[in-house]
Amino acid sequence: MSTVLLVLKAGVRDLARSRWLLAYAAGFWAVTEALFLFGGTGQQVVLSLLNAMLLLVPLVALVFGTAHVHASREFTELLLSQPLSRRSVFLGLYLGMALPLTGAFLIGVGVPLVMHGAAADAPRFALAMLAVGGALLTLAFAALAMAIALGVDDRLRAMTRALAAWFALTVAYDGAVLAIVSAFGDWPLERPLLVAMLGNPVDLARVLVLTSLDANALLGYTGALFRRVFGTALGPAIAVTALVAWAALPVLVARRNFLRRDF
Amino acid sequence: MITLDGVRKAYGKRQVLEGVSLALQPGRITALVGPNGSGKTTLIKLILGLARPDAGRLLLDGRAFDADGAYRARIGYAPQSPRLPEHLTVGEVFAMLRALRPGAEVDEGMLDAFGLRNEWDTAVGTLSGGWRQKVANACAFLFRPDVLILDEPTAGLDPVASGMLKAEIRAARVAGRTVLISSHILVELEELADDVAFLSDGHLRFAGPVDALLKETGTRRLEPAVAALLRGLKVV
Repeated sequence: MSTVLLVLKAGVRDLARSRWLLAYAAGFWAVTEALFLFGGTGQQVVLSLLNAMLLLVPLVALVFGTAHVHASREFTELLLSQPLSRRSVFLGLYLGMALPLTGAFLIGVGVPLVMHGAAADAPRFALAMLAVGGALLTLAFAALAMAIALGVDDRLRAMTRALAAWFALTVAYDGAVLAIVSAFGDWPLERPLLVAMLGNPVDLARVLVLTSLDANALLGYTGALFRRVFGTALGPAIAVTALVAWAALPVLVARRNFLRRDF
Repeated sequence: MITLDGVRKAYGKRQVLEGVSLALQPGRITALVGPNGSGKTTLIKLILGLARPDAGRLLLDGRAFDADGAYRARIGYAPQSPRLPEHLTVGEVFAMLRALRPGAEVDEGMLDAFGLRNEWDTAVGTLSGGWRQKVANACAFLFRPDVLILDEPTAGLDPVASGMLKAEIRAARVAGRTVLISSHILVELEELADDVAFLSDGHLRFAGPVDALLKETGTRRLEPAVAALLRGLKVV
């Protein structure tokens, strides 16, 4: 078995037994159950879950990921003191953290949806996009967490940066877009706003799920623009591609930090 | 033999090692001593390839360390009180290490000698500090390496485990292995060490046999000898 797979396997085994990760999966499960309990249809549940996903997935991936990388410092050193390549150790460590987080989200949301037969009420495509969006968001923010944690040795400072990144991408970004639209409403903003949307994985995941549902009213300015420009067929493909890029870019930054840094 | 030749290392503006030249001989135990912040950990990390020198050369048996880290197959490292993945069992940690180095000769008896079979199914996170140190020490000895690097290896160990570890270290010396021990417990080092490398402010102030250090400082024990070096009474 390759180094990547062995380190990944150890990471998955470790985190699969972590109370925090089990609580994360159980939390999403409980939220999904509660949404059904309060009489939501499949589509309504997916919409509510989307809002929970857009806030919680980046937050948990960033906070948990940053703390995990710092807590694994000595284990990383032990691995790097073996005759193993840094590239392989990095990939194993990243996937060993990101895949259990992704799995916890998918289990927490997916199992209750299947149990309640949500697929009958909500378009299957929307369910698939919810899963894909959540998974890619997890991978992107877990990589961002790794890039931050590897770039900042001080645990508290790294956590502050992780929280700042979460705030910027989930809260401040929307406010900034709104401010720009209000201030420059008479200007042709379509293209800059589309580019800005591609620069935010949270907005991409939101639009990805909403364009697959009959929920035009919830798309917002940038979402409606995205749907109008790219349509319902090309839109999701572009959103997924951009999210994949968003998942890959921080991995490359984290990898560069890992390869260059002194431990 | 591991050789450091004019090694320099700085973290930002802070110079941690300044022109350190040192030879760690096979069949001898070298005690790496010095006050906190003297550069001991950095020196160990440079040997392990965890950090890279700004200048100077590191050699194993006369050959520069290879960039891909293959030389580390000949080095066993015991970190001080390591935090390993806390939900993995002791058995899973060693199974992973073995799998990471397929074909490497494994010293099975070492796991028994350290008593680790008794805790084989115990999660690492629930182990006491002493047991974690035993796991770390066993990691170093596991593959019968030519070079052993032990960072505070007796920290948290009970007297029996400490005695057993010292016996293993002496056996490694007899087998012709190179041993480097970093520790603040000078009494224990005195029992084991043939040579002393004393670092202070990133400078290697003394490197040589223990007897030579005692003679230089006019003392009979390692502890007052190192104290004398620290006071700057005898700086070589």
